[in-house]
Amino acid sequence: MGNLSLDIAHMLAGGMVLLSFMLLYQDRMYALLNVFALHAVVLSASVAWQAHIQSAPHLYVTAVIALVLKAIIIPLALRRIVAQLGIHRTIETVVSVGPTMLAGMGLVGLSMVVMLKAAAEADPLAREDLAFALSVLLLGLLMMVTRRNAVSQVIGFMSLENGLILAATGAKGMPLVVEISVAFSVLVAFIVIGVFLFRIRERFDSVDIEALDVFRGDQR
Amino acid sequence: MRLSPADLPFEPVTAVLLIPAAAAVLLALLPGYWLSARLNVLAALATLLSALSLLVQRPAPTGYLFVDDLNIVFIVLGAFVGFTTSAFSTSYIGHELETGRLTPTHLRFYHAMYQTLMFAMNLGLLANNIGVMWVAVELATLTTVLMVGIYRTPEALEAAWKYFILGSVGIALALFGTILVYMAARPVLGEGQDAMVWTALIEKAHGFSPNLLNVAFIFLMLGYGTKVGLAPLHAWLPDAHAEGPTPISAVLSGLLLNVALYVLLRFKMLMAANPAAIPPGPLMVTMGLVSLIFAGFMLYRRRDIKRMFAYSSIEHMGLITFAFGMGGPLANFAGLLHMTMHSLTKSAIFFAVGHIAQAKGTQRIADIRGLTESHPVLGWGLVLGVVAIAGLPPLGIFMSEFLIVSSTFARAPLLALLVVFGLLLALGALLLRLGEVAFGEPTGSTAPVKASYVPLFAHLALVLAAGIYLPGPLVAWFQAVARLLG
Repeated sequence: MGNLSLDIAHMLAGGMVLLSFMLLYQDRMYALLNVFALHAVVLSASVAWQAHIQSAPHLYVTAVIALVLKAIIIPLALRRIVAQLGIHRTIETVVSVGPTMLAGMGLVGLSMVVMLKAAAEADPLAREDLAFALSVLLLGLLMMVTRRNAVSQVIGFMSLENGLILAATGAKGMPLVVEISVAFSVLVAFIVIGVFLFRIRERFDSVDIEALDVFRGDQR
Repeated sequence: MRLSPADLPFEPVTAVLLIPAAAAVLLALLPGYWLSARLNVLAALATLLSALSLLVQRPAPTGYLFVDDLNIVFIVLGAFVGFTTSAFSTSYIGHELETGRLTPTHLRFYHAMYQTLMFAMNLGLLANNIGVMWVAVELATLTTVLMVGIYRTPEALEAAWKYFILGSVGIALALFGTILVYMAARPVLGEGQDAMVWTALIEKAHGFSPNLLNVAFIFLMLGYGTKVGLAPLHAWLPDAHAEGPTPISAVLSGLLLNVALYVLLRFKMLMAANPAAIPPGPLMVTMGLVSLIFAGFMLYRRRDIKRMFAYSSIEHMGLITFAFGMGGPLANFAGLLHMTMHSLTKSAIFFAVGHIAQAKGTQRIADIRGLTESHPVLGWGLVLGVVAIAGLPPLGIFMSEFLIVSSTFARAPLLALLVVFGLLLALGALLLRLGEVAFGEPTGSTAPVKASYVPLFAHLALVLAAGIYLPGPLVAWFQAVARLLG
């Protein structure tokens, strides 16, 4: 039984890393949103599994928040924004897919080496969960760097936050304060982003961050 | 008469948190500029008074909040600068309202956010739980993001967006570091609440797994270092300072950077308590020195006056981080003194710059000339502020910089040379620009501006007084904190 629970936790966390890779090469808005929703579903399943094997019922709350908010409400809202703004065509990336994927693999390798070594004394479940979580976090960071479009940067940021929740739930017995605050902060962050997207739209008819770069205080 | 805590309606600790929180709700509901601006000042004053009462009577630490020698310095300083900035903000915002840059709806939002920020910063400083600490820093970041974007100009939106993205990434990295600290503490302190309580962590830190702590500190350093504005993670800072309302620039430089630094110091103490972990000093020394010298060079190319002083903040935060990284009683004392002096001076400079930008209608250095002739009080206030921030005697910053350099010379002469180089670099740039802005033939509008001079000169008087004579009890207090920092 011990092995099986470890294997399932592995599969789910590994699935999130895989989906993070898929996020990296999506070049259509709607496809990107769908993959992100799937990312959140797998996160929710992973958190629920942790709740089961740690017999920590409060983690189910986190799982439900992840499912409802990140897999349903936010993708739907972003879909509406994308439709309203008419930016469902191709996404511009700064770096092409090949180098991005290679960089992503490098980052995953790095996080495995760092975490497996640093957490050598922790139990294998927590250790490998942390390694996967760090991979998801770094891939989210990579996605934010390689995208110019505001909506895809937001998705990169939220996939990064998913990695954090994976790490927080993998740390056995971590107080609930933090999980709720993470979920709550995502909500707040989302409101902020929503406000900004609309304002940016209002001003530029574009959510391309490059359009913003023209207005640099020093170059006038 | 000395107040005993029993005379107070609240516990001072609760009051320091409750007053800004209640004021934020009230100010969000109240229309009308005149009343809400004054309520804002009143709430800040009440917070300051309850912060001061913490000096007299300290409550016992609980699982969530605690007061010790270190954080009380930050709380009192923060409440003081928060109070004077709210007084400055009254006249500044009045002018913005007249010129139509802000609408009454924006103002309600602005005042509510100002108090929310005060609440978040006090919570971050008082928190005894590293999770709560993180939540408070995140809340402070979000409120300042909203305030930076309040003018809704393209520049302000870009600044707010950049700040938001970089700030959130920093915050995310810091949370990962926090989780790793919990993981390191769990085998020793057991599962749950206890393993996140700072007072418990510091007691048992020697038994934690050093490898996990090392990785955790790197994440915490990168995460909270972004908020401190250390190069190369500083990119958000100049934009956020230049494009937001000036009271927010003053609060950002004077307070928020300090709060992030405070959190970093807490984790540094944790690292230092574990003999097997890497010493945190060299990392902080390197990042501090890089920020100092980088900002020194960047100061020469600035054309926007608020942006220039934002780079000066990077320079000084770098120097403070350097001093704390060196460690030891003298360097810590100097770092603490420098942090206090920098907060007071930099917010005073922003008070002056805010009114100057309003009088001249521009922030471009090239369009501001001859201030000492056109607006003598503001002009000389700025001159005094810049002379102070550049580190010239007899003002307070000279003394703290002198202490940092001399204590470094005794231990690492080469590093001290680099620090001196960075300081001279910044001094040159600041005096060069000051000459252009303050003297010569006045350009632009010479119409008088309705300004509040009291906060500006109160800060400068304190800095001058500290440069000439430091009272004994203050020295003893800072020395005790410096010993605590190790």
